[in-house]
Amino acid sequence: MSFLQMSSPLAARRLFLGRTGLTLSGAAVALLAGNEALATKTGGAGAQDVQILNTALGAELEAIAAYQLGAESKLLQPGVLDLALSFQGHHKEHADLLAKTVVKLGGKAVQAKARYSFPVEQLKSQADVLKFAASLEQGAVSAYLGAVPLFGNRDLAKAAASILGDEAMHWAILRQALGEAPVPAAFMS
Amino acid sequence: MSRRALLTAAMAGWAAFGAAPLAAAAPDAMRGEEIYARCQACHALAFDRLGPRHCGLFGRLAGSVPDFAYSVALKRSAIVWDEKSLDRFLAAPMKAVPGTSMTYAGIPDRQERADLIAYLRRVDQTRACRASASSAR
Repeated sequence: MSFLQMSSPLAARRLFLGRTGLTLSGAAVALLAGNEALATKTGGAGAQDVQILNTALGAELEAIAAYQLGAESKLLQPGVLDLALSFQGHHKEHADLLAKTVVKLGGKAVQAKARYSFPVEQLKSQADVLKFAASLEQGAVSAYLGAVPLFGNRDLAKAAASILGDEAMHWAILRQALGEAPVPAAFMS
Repeated sequence: MSRRALLTAAMAGWAAFGAAPLAAAAPDAMRGEEIYARCQACHALAFDRLGPRHCGLFGRLAGSVPDFAYSVALKRSAIVWDEKSLDRFLAAPMKAVPGTSMTYAGIPDRQERADLIAYLRRVDQTRACRASASSAR
């Protein structure tokens, strides 16, 4: 039985934490890759769209670094480590797509920072790492939710919504792993 | 009056009650803490992330945290952060300061903004936050 199907959060958490080789499906987003018409469809809202994409790219690059920190912490059991690396892989795909799209729109993609500030001193257990990751994923969902209505180009809004869905799945699974209700409400804000 | 007319009048009364403007509740910092989870995509209280730290926010000139890479628009905004300026900015950041890198639609609900600002005010007054803010100067 999958830990996702278990009714008791505690039992689900035990099973989740004890499993190895648990992975999710791979790439969720390729909506804009190869869409050469995008640049010409963007119109006057292009500069703002580039700004929004670059902000999202910055957040994705930070998430990649955060998962790397978790992966190297030696606090994660093998199954959880696999999952963290899987999620990190998603963020790498998001970042790659966002960077390519920024360039396609004539912008300059932001680069990863040389150093990120993370609350390293607070990460003393696997649960701490999962809580940290969950807080970032929850924030990411809210950030994409706040960005989607701002896009001038509806294709970009659709792509951002697709990424939002992926981040929401990450958040739900991390909550489940922590023994919390995976989907705490019917709506996100 | 017929039973049907009575029922109609009662329903109209309820509808009017429902449409009446409700007085705003007092800002709730605890509710604001929950809302702050949305900000944590980019912000932290005590250190800079994609957005600047929030400790030391009240009374701070926008764009003035040392070594943080602000947008030109925010640096030039001359905003000093307080309840009023935060309320206006958080409602629609990109309308309040066009060109800001805070590419977020905003918090349209006035009560939610008030709760969030109450939380930010509360944490800003904590000893930990004051120490963090002063170390950044």
